[in-house]
Amino acid sequence: MDAVFDFLAPVGLNETNFQFMLIAAILGCSIYVTLYGGMFSLANAGFMAIGTYVSVVLTQRYDWPFVPAIIAGMVAGGLIAIIVGLPVLRLSDIYLAIATIGFGEVVVVLIRNFDRIYEEIFDKKIEITGGGKGIKNIPVTTDTLHLIIFLLIVVYFLYRMQHSRFGRALAAIRQDETVAANLGINVVYYKNVAFIIGAMIAAGAGGLSGHLNRVIEPDDYDFDRAVDILTYAVLGGTTFFIGPVVGGMVLRYLPELLRRLKVLSFVGSIVGRDLTNEQAAVDGIINGIVLILFIVYLPGGLADPQLWKSLYRRLRPNNTQKGAP
Amino acid sequence: MLELQGVSRLFGGLAALNTVNMTVNAGKVVGLIGPNGAGKTTLINCVSGLDHPTSGVIHFDGVEIQNKAPHQITALGLGRTYQNIRLFGDLTVLENVIIAQHQHGKANLLDSLFQSPRHRREFKQQVERAFELLKRFHLDSFSDSRAGGLPYGDQRRLEMARAVATAPRLILLDEPTAGMNPVETHEFGEQILKLRDDGLTLLVIEHDMALISQVCDEVYVLNFGEMIANGTVDAIKQNQDVIEAYLGRED
Repeated sequence: MDAVFDFLAPVGLNETNFQFMLIAAILGCSIYVTLYGGMFSLANAGFMAIGTYVSVVLTQRYDWPFVPAIIAGMVAGGLIAIIVGLPVLRLSDIYLAIATIGFGEVVVVLIRNFDRIYEEIFDKKIEITGGGKGIKNIPVTTDTLHLIIFLLIVVYFLYRMQHSRFGRALAAIRQDETVAANLGINVVYYKNVAFIIGAMIAAGAGGLSGHLNRVIEPDDYDFDRAVDILTYAVLGGTTFFIGPVVGGMVLRYLPELLRRLKVLSFVGSIVGRDLTNEQAAVDGIINGIVLILFIVYLPGGLADPQLWKSLYRRLRPNNTQKGAP
Repeated sequence: MLELQGVSRLFGGLAALNTVNMTVNAGKVVGLIGPNGAGKTTLINCVSGLDHPTSGVIHFDGVEIQNKAPHQITALGLGRTYQNIRLFGDLTVLENVIIAQHQHGKANLLDSLFQSPRHRREFKQQVERAFELLKRFHLDSFSDSRAGGLPYGDQRRLEMARAVATAPRLILLDEPTAGMNPVETHEFGEQILKLRDDGLTLLVIEHDMALISQVCDEVYVLNFGEMIANGTVDAIKQNQDVIEAYLGRED
């Protein structure tokens, strides 16, 4: 493993970066499940926060072992998805997006004020979520292998889902909810199950990232994060299971590559300002541009099989003679 | 088989359906005609569960269905097509017909995760049945094409195949031959009669009187939400109220 990363170091790919790319890939998968069923949900940053905080609180404050804590975080995400999904999934399109953005904000606010609320109600001082400062000095327990295994399980799930009765029902709902219902598909049930699965994947990614970061803060899971997750899936494609993995990895790697290529200091030297400390803002700009370009020019995403097939056909030599029947 | 008793559907103050009574007997092809805006589509939306009547009772095989969800009504054995074609355009022809067999499947997520024998057996059966249906509607050569890319007449037939794939006992057809030429319409009529001979019951909404004469055992006429006549095709053609509804009154 180390040899691989030594080799890749000149292009900005070290093990830490790779780990965050894997997290991004898992997050992309989490929103892929709901998008596959035609649900435009931005709740996954909220579920990620729930997974992170539940598992980190369990390992740090209650001395739970690592794996059970991650699973507990996923279960917590799933349970909250049941409660949130039933009312929220009656909405569709932009209304669902707005409601789920609201959910994410509520989660962040609740986490930030959890200790205070507890104190108000039970009249007893505690330190669970640590308020706005978050939880510090978390030992790094997640390693690359954990992430790879989790991602492989998720990808295998998505691959099987596509060719299952469950996945076909979701595809039908995405295409035309009314017709799906008239063909005997219980639309409410399938939407909720997809929502819960997406929430559990996001919560799992959260738990794993929480034990990778040393510090977690509520602000890590706000609206920006929700949009990042959406961008991963849109960039990679939302109808083919490899899409969100490719999208998450590419988009998480792009800023590192730009940093390595010293693009920022180059642009800074042109405009005559030092931009090297503006990395976060630049990441946002890149995400925005990528989102717009892909929605306009490549709506199928990077991993769209149709795109590669047509590209292959165009690049293959003598295609006109051989291809014609 | 299907019985509507005093069914009304109000949109604000407007009665799209006004105390409609109707009976569809098993094994028959029943036509539902009426001028545009008469409430025909509202009626079959109420029957298929997309809409619910404001008052009145709908029985299907003795079960009250007016408050049931669409998928529950489908499970009782009712299929339908749409006035504007509503296929899953981005999926293949075969997938469209496989999805319609959803309620007959039992494989859950775990079955497909572990590729259990149940999952594989069930999928194989569904594909076989889908090909049977596609062959019947002369669509088998397009099985891997995108449904949205088919010519218009084929899309109509695919919608019919998809409705039959839910294994219904009653099928509602909402203007199934709209946009077809007379030859295609006649062929489609033959398909309807074949389905009836297989023991299905059909309720057909149609403007094309040639098709109505070709297939229907009985015809109901709806005008401004009220059922103004019913009877055999010949009787309806002579009915003074019906002629008036379509052509207006001579002063």
